[in-house]
Amino acid sequence: MTAPAPGRQIVRIRYSKAGRIRFVGHRDVARLFERAMRKLRLPVAFTEGFSPRPKLSFGLALPVAHESEAEYLDVELASPADLESLPANLTAALPDGFTVEAAIAIAPGQPSLQQAIISCDWSIEILGAADAGIQSAINKVLAAPELPMERIRKGKSTVADVRPAILHLECVGPTSDGVELVASLATETVSLRPAELVQLLGSVLGERPLSEGRTRRLKQWMIVDGARCEPVSPPGSSTRPALVRAS
Amino acid sequence: MTSVWPRLEPLLPKVQKPARYIGCEDGAAAKPPDPSLVNWCFIYPDTYEIGLPNQGLQILYEIVNERADGTADRAYAPWGDLEALMRAEGIPLFSVEHHTPGHEFDLLAFNLSAELTYTNLVNCVDLAGVPVRAADRTEDHPLIVAGGHCTYNPEPLADFLDAVVLGDGEEVVGQITEVVAAHKAQAGASRASLLLALAGIESVYVPNLYEVTYDGPSVASITPLHPGVPAVVTKRTVADLADWPYPRNQLAPLTEVVHDRLNVEVFRGCTRGCRFCQAGMITRPVRERPAEQVRTMVTSGLARTGYDEVTLTSLSTADYSDVSSLVEGIMDDSEAEGLPTVSVSLPSLRVDAFGVSIAAQLQRAKRSGLTFAPEAGTWRMRQIINKLVREEDLYEAVDAAYSQGWQRVKLYFLIGLPSETDEDTLGIARLAANVAEIGKRHNKRASCTASVGGFVPKPFTPFQWFGQNTTAELQRKVNLLKDATRGMKGVTLKWHDPKATLIEGIASRGDRRIGAVIEQVWRNGGTFQEWSEHFNLELWTQAMADNGLSIDDVVHRHRRSDEVLPWEHLSAGLHKDFLWQDWQDALAEVGLPDCRWTPCYDCGACTGYGIEHVVASAVPPAGGSQGTGQDLGTGGAVPVRLLGRRPEAVAG
Repeated sequence: MTAPAPGRQIVRIRYSKAGRIRFVGHRDVARLFERAMRKLRLPVAFTEGFSPRPKLSFGLALPVAHESEAEYLDVELASPADLESLPANLTAALPDGFTVEAAIAIAPGQPSLQQAIISCDWSIEILGAADAGIQSAINKVLAAPELPMERIRKGKSTVADVRPAILHLECVGPTSDGVELVASLATETVSLRPAELVQLLGSVLGERPLSEGRTRRLKQWMIVDGARCEPVSPPGSSTRPALVRAS
Repeated sequence: MTSVWPRLEPLLPKVQKPARYIGCEDGAAAKPPDPSLVNWCFIYPDTYEIGLPNQGLQILYEIVNERADGTADRAYAPWGDLEALMRAEGIPLFSVEHHTPGHEFDLLAFNLSAELTYTNLVNCVDLAGVPVRAADRTEDHPLIVAGGHCTYNPEPLADFLDAVVLGDGEEVVGQITEVVAAHKAQAGASRASLLLALAGIESVYVPNLYEVTYDGPSVASITPLHPGVPAVVTKRTVADLADWPYPRNQLAPLTEVVHDRLNVEVFRGCTRGCRFCQAGMITRPVRERPAEQVRTMVTSGLARTGYDEVTLTSLSTADYSDVSSLVEGIMDDSEAEGLPTVSVSLPSLRVDAFGVSIAAQLQRAKRSGLTFAPEAGTWRMRQIINKLVREEDLYEAVDAAYSQGWQRVKLYFLIGLPSETDEDTLGIARLAANVAEIGKRHNKRASCTASVGGFVPKPFTPFQWFGQNTTAELQRKVNLLKDATRGMKGVTLKWHDPKATLIEGIASRGDRRIGAVIEQVWRNGGTFQEWSEHFNLELWTQAMADNGLSIDDVVHRHRRSDEVLPWEHLSAGLHKDFLWQDWQDALAEVGLPDCRWTPCYDCGACTGYGIEHVVASAVPPAGGSQGTGQDLGTGGAVPVRLLGRRPEAVAG
C-alpha cells in the first residue's frame, strides 16, 4: 500500500474462517468484508478515479473449502477508528463462521501482505489413509533430493522442483476419517499448495490418488528484520508450537 | 425432519461455486421446518445466482415465516455437477437453510418467471423425490404449487402442478397455509379433499379439477369436474402496497448473484399499455408505495445489509409520482446516515430527456452506459405496439445522455412484431445509426448497441391472437440488420437466438398437450434451457413430433377471434373484448392513452375488483409523449433539471 494521506490509518486485521463459510471463495469474502465495514460505518478510504474502490487488500487467497485460523487483510481508513472494539464489532457484522481476532494499526509503506508472506502452515486431513502408509510417503518425500512436478500455472503447463517448497511435513495422528498431517509450505519462489502436496504424496505411494479431507491454514509467516513472525499475533499466547524447517 | 448436510458436505469441495448450497445469507430464516406446522419450500427453478434475488419469492418466504402456523425454506436448481453427485449418492433436492429433503415439506412452491425453466421445474420435482405427474402423487407427497407471471398460462405444466396461484401472492399464501394446516390436523383426510379445498380459495387454480377437450390444433372446451369449482379462476390483486412492506429483510447472499444490491419495489402495475408487454397487462392497476415507506425501506435495508446500491424497482420507475423528490429524499437520507457513497438506480429508463435527467441525478459518478427501450424502429410500428416514443424523444434522450458523460447507449428492440415490414425492421438500424451519430458530436468514443430480440406473443395481451414469426423469418430479419449495420461506425448489433424464441413460443401459448413434450425433453436431459450452452432445439422439435404436435399450430398460427384459448378459464381481470378491441386498434395503428392520467377505458383490471390506481399524483410526469400519445411537455409538476456537463464528456 502506498503512504496514506494525513489523518489516515492503515489497519491490519487477523481473522479466522471456519465451518460452512469455508465454501465461500476469496472474491466473495472481500465483498462480505466491504459490506460488514459499511454496516459499521467504518470510514474506509477509496481509490481515486472514475470508479472508486474501497482500499482493502487481502493476503494470499485461501482455496475454497479450506478453513483458516490465520487470515489477514489491510484496510485503509480515511480517519482513525477505535481498534479495541473493532474485532468484536466486525465479527458481529460478518456472517457466522468468521471471527475477527485482532486489529492493529501498521506503519505506512510496508510491503503488501501478498508480497510479505513467505510460507504457510497447514493442517491437512487425508481421508481413508493409514498412519503407516502416509508415514512412508512422507519419509520418501522428505528424503528426495528433488521432486519435479508438472503443474498448470497461469494456463501453462510447467515442471518445477517443488522439494524446496516443503519446509516441514509430519503426520500428527489419526482423525475419525483418516490421518492429519501438518505441513509448512513456501509461498514464494517455488510454492506448493496443500492439494498439490496431497497429489504428490499419492504419486509417491503409487496407489489410487489420495483424497483430501478437511484442510485448515494454521499460520502465515513473514520476515521482519530477519526474524520470522506472523503479520498480526493471535490474541493471547500461541496455541501451536512454531514449526521449523525440516532438514 | 432430517438434514442432508452430513452427506452433502463432503461433495461440496468437488463442485463449482459451492457457496450457493450452504445458505447462511443475511436475512435467511432461522425457523426450522417443524412437523406440527405447515412447511413451505419456495423454489426458483434455475441457479442460485439467478433465483436468489427474486423479490416475489422473498416476499412470500418472509410472510410465511412470520406466521405462527408456517415455516418457509428456499431451494434452487443445483448445477449439473452437483446434481450428478446427488443422484449418484441418492441425495434429494434440499433447502439451503436447513438442508431438509424436498419430499419432507408440505408444499414445494415454484416461482415461474421464464418459460425456458419449465424442464428445470420437472427436474426439481423429480430430484426432490416426488412423482413428476400430479396424478401419481399420494397423501405422502408434498403439494407442488406455482406462482409468478408465467402462471397466466400454466397449461403446459398442468400435468405436473397440484395448484397454481394467479396474481399477487401476499394474501393467498396465508390462505393456503390455513387450508393445509386444517388438512394436516385432520387424520386420514384425502389428497383429493385437500385439492378441492384449495380450489375453493379465490385465485387458486387446481388443473386436475378441469377437463380439457380439443378440436384439432385448438382447445374445444374447458370444464370444471366438480360443482363448486369456479368456471373461471381470477387473479388476486393486493389493493394497497403500503400494507405489504416486504421484503423487510431482503436476503444478502454470501456469493455474488445477479442484481446483487438492495431492491425496493416502488410500485406494482403499469398502464402505459404497451401491447406486447404481458407484465403491464396482468399487473394492473398501478399501485404506488408511499414515498415515506420507500425511504424507510431503503434506509433500513442499506443499514441492515451493508449494500451501497439500491434499485427502485417497478415496470417503469420514472413514472412514479414526483420521482425526482423521492430520489432526492433517498440521497439526503443516506447522507444523513453517514453513507455518502450509496448509489440509486432504476431498472429501465423512459425514452425522453426527463428519464435522462433522473439518471443524471442518480449517477453522479460512473457514467458508463445507459439503456433505453424504444422497442421498434418506426413510428408506425411503435403505434402498433402502443409504445408512443417519438423519434425526437429518443434523440433528445440520447443527446442528453451523451452530453452528460455517458459513452455507451444501449437500445432494446423487438423483431417479429405484428404486421412488421422490412422497412420497420431496417428502421432499427437507422435509429441506431442516428443515435451513434449524435454520440459522436459529444465524444468520439461514443457507441450505440442495438439489442434485438424475437417477439413471443403472450397470454392476456392484445397480441395473444398473433402468430409468432418463424425461426427462419426472425433469422432473416436479424440478417437484414446485420447487413445494414455492417460498417456503421459506433454501432454494434446484438441479437437473441431465434431458436430459443421458438421454444418460448411453445411454452407461452401451448395447451396441456405440451406437458408430454416438456416431460420428454426433461427425460432426455434437457434442463437449464435458458443457458445457451445447454439449450437444445432438437430435443424440443423431436418431442413435438413424437407427440404428434405441430410447431406451426402452437407457435406460428394466428388464433381465430372465436377460438377457445388454452387459458380461457383463467382471468387477469382484463375483459376479452377489451383485449380484442386493443388488437384491432393495433392493426389500425391507433394508440391508447395511459389511463392513470386519462379517463378509464374499462379494461376490467380495476372495475372488476372494486379497486383503483393508487398514485400520489394524477398529473403525468413532465417531458416526452411516451405512452400516452399526448404532448406531456408542459403537463408535469416535476421540474426537469439537467446537471451541468462533465468535463470528460466533451472530449474530442
